[in-house]
Amino acid sequence: MGTILFELALTFYFAATIVGIVELFKGRKITSRIMLSFVLIGFILHTANITYRYIVAGYIPITNFHEATSFFSWCIVLIFFILQFRYRVSLLSPFVMPIVFVLMLSSSMLPQEIKPLSPVLQSYWLGIHTVIAFLGNAAFALASGVGTMYLVQEHYVKSKHLGGLFVRLPSLQTLDELNYRLITLGFPLLTLAIITGSLWAESAWGSYWRWDPREVWSLITWFIYAIVLHARLTAGWRGRRAAILSIIGFLTILVAFFSIKLLRKGLHVFL
Amino acid sequence: MKVFVAGLNHKTADIDVREKVAFNGSRLEDGLIRFKELPEVEEVLILSTCNRVELYANVRDTSKASESIKILLSEFHNINRKLLDKAVYIYDDVNAVRHIFRVASSLDSMVIGEPQILGQLKKAFELALEKKTMGILLNRLMKKAISVAKRVRRETRIAEHAVSVSFAAVELAKKIFTDLSGKVFMLLGAGEMAELAARHLMSSGVREVIVANRKYERACEIAKEFNGRPVKFDDFLQEMVPSDIVICSTGARNYVLSKGQMQKVMKERKQRPVFIIDISVPRNIDPEVNNLDNVYLYNIDDLQGIVDKNKFERQKEAEKAEKIIEEEIEPFLKWQSSLDSVPTIVALREKAEEIKKEELEKLLNRFPDMEEKQRKASEYMATAIVNKLIHQPTVALKEYSEDRDLMIAVIKRLFAIDEEKDEDK
Repeated sequence: MGTILFELALTFYFAATIVGIVELFKGRKITSRIMLSFVLIGFILHTANITYRYIVAGYIPITNFHEATSFFSWCIVLIFFILQFRYRVSLLSPFVMPIVFVLMLSSSMLPQEIKPLSPVLQSYWLGIHTVIAFLGNAAFALASGVGTMYLVQEHYVKSKHLGGLFVRLPSLQTLDELNYRLITLGFPLLTLAIITGSLWAESAWGSYWRWDPREVWSLITWFIYAIVLHARLTAGWRGRRAAILSIIGFLTILVAFFSIKLLRKGLHVFL
Repeated sequence: MKVFVAGLNHKTADIDVREKVAFNGSRLEDGLIRFKELPEVEEVLILSTCNRVELYANVRDTSKASESIKILLSEFHNINRKLLDKAVYIYDDVNAVRHIFRVASSLDSMVIGEPQILGQLKKAFELALEKKTMGILLNRLMKKAISVAKRVRRETRIAEHAVSVSFAAVELAKKIFTDLSGKVFMLLGAGEMAELAARHLMSSGVREVIVANRKYERACEIAKEFNGRPVKFDDFLQEMVPSDIVICSTGARNYVLSKGQMQKVMKERKQRPVFIIDISVPRNIDPEVNNLDNVYLYNIDDLQGIVDKNKFERQKEAEKAEKIIEEEIEPFLKWQSSLDSVPTIVALREKAEEIKKEELEKLLNRFPDMEEKQRKASEYMATAIVNKLIHQPTVALKEYSEDRDLMIAVIKRLFAIDEEKDEDK
C-alpha cells in the first residue's frame, strides 16, 4: 500500500517533469496548468505515503535513507507550492521538478521496508531535528532552482539575445529577491538543525560535537550560506554571484547527503 | 446576399485623404443611417480609425453597390470622386470575409499585431447594433471576426514583442527591474531621442528624475518638463550612485564613462543593478562597462537589433495567423450559403409535400373502402418516395460551393419553384 502510493507519486512527479520540460520549449497556459495539477496529485499521494508510513511504524518516517530522500522531496514540493501561490513565479516548475524527480527516483531504488526503530533514534529530537533540517535544505534547493533561472535570464539580458525564455522568465530583480528570501529562510533552519542535532547528540552519545562527517558537511554548508548572506549585505554580492553561490551551496548539500550514504561512515550511518 | 467591403487604409491613401473620409463623432451615426438607406445596401457597419475607413455591408450586387456607395461617400464627405476612385478598394464574398478577418486580427495594420484595432472594431459593431443597421449576416460575421482575432492572439505570438526602440527599452527595463515605480532615472545629456525614450519610461512611473547636461540651463529646462532635479554635468558620476536607469545622449566625441569609473559607482551603490541606455552616436559609454556585474548596457544598435528581430518574429507569426484565418473562412461561407439556400429548400419541401398530398387524396378517392392498414402503408410509401427524391437536392443546396448561385437557379427551374413566391417567404 505504502509502496503503491510512493510509486504513484513518483509517476506523477515524472509526468510533471516531462510536461515542465515541454513547457520550457512551448509555453502555453495549458501546459503550466497540467503540470501544476500533476504536481498536486503527486504531492497528495506522496503525503498519503508518508502518513501511511507514520501510522504503520508509529514514528516519524525519516529514519532510513529511503525515507529521508522521500521527505526531502516532499519538503521541496511543499515550498514550491508556497512560492507558486504567493509569488506566481512563471516557469519555476521546469527548474525545480527535475530535482524532485531525481531525488524521488533515488529514493525509490533504496530499501523501503519499515523496521523497528533503533534505540538511538527513539527520541523526540528525531522529529524536530529532521523536519527542520529538511525544510532548510528544501529552501536551499529552491534557491538553487531560482538561481539557475536568474543565470539563464541574465545571460539573455547581457548577451542582448532576447529570444527563447526571455519573455516568459520573471525579471532579474524578482529572481534575485526570491533567491535571497529563500536563503534567509533556509539559513536559520540550517542553524537550528545544527543546534538541535548537537543537543540530540549530547542526549544520545553524551557529547555535542564529534566531527562526524555529517556534522562537518553541515558546517561547510553553513559557512557557504553564511558567506552568501554576509557578502550580500556588506559587499553587495547579489545577482549573478549570489545565484552561483546558491547553486554551489545546494550541490554541497547533495554531495554531503549522498556521499555519507555511500561511504557508510560516521554516526549518521542510518541516514 | 453578399459580404461586401469598400474602404481605404494607410496603404492606399495618404493622411490628407484619410482625414477627409474619416467619420468623426456624430458624423458616424449619420453615415450609418445614410448608407443603410441606399437601396443596394441591406446591412452596413462603418469602421473609422486614423489608419482606415471601411464600410462592411451586405449587398445583392457588388458593382451596383460599390457605385452608389462611392457616390454617397464623395457627397457625404464632399470629396473629389477621382481621389476616392484611386484610394478605395472593393472586396466581395470570400475576399471580403478574408479582409475583415485580417483587419480584426491586426494583420492589415500599419504595425502588425497592434492590439487597438480589435477594440475599435468592437465599438463599430456596438454602434451599428445600436443604430440597427445590421442584420443577421453582418452580425454573425462581426462576431466571427472578433473570435477569429482572439484565436489568432491566443495561438500565435503576434503581439508579443515590442516593435519600437522606446518600447523595447521599457520592456527590457521591466525584465531587469520588476517594477519601475520606485526607481530613480537619470537623463545624461539632452538629445531629442533621449527625451523621447525618457517620456516612455516616465509613463511607466519612475520615482525620481535627475537631469545632467553640459549646459546647465538646458538641464534646468528639461528637469522642469519632467518634474525632475537638474545637476551639474561634472557631478554626474556622484549622481549615478542612486540612479537605476540611465539614458545617455550627450553628443560628446568620446567616452564620458569608463569601466573604472562605473566600477566605483557600482561599489558605492552596493552592486544594485543599473540599466544604461547609450543612444548617442558616437557612443558615449565604454562598451566594456557591460562586462561589469549587474550593469546592463545597451546602445542604439542593440535596441534597433531587438526591434528588427521582433518585427521579423511578428512577420513569421503573421504567416501562422493567415493560416488560421483561411481555416475560419470556409465554415463562415458554409453558414452563409446555407442562409442563401434556405428559402429554396423550404419551397422545394413545400412543393413536394403538396404533390404528395394531392396524389394521396386522388388515391383515397378512387378506393374509398381501403382498409386502415393499407391507407397507412400508402401514406408511408408516398412520404418515403418524396423524402428520398428531395434528399439529394437539399444536401446539394446546403453545401458550400463556388457555383451555389447556379445550383439554386437550376433547382428552382427543375422543380418549377416560383421565384417571387419563395422570396415572400
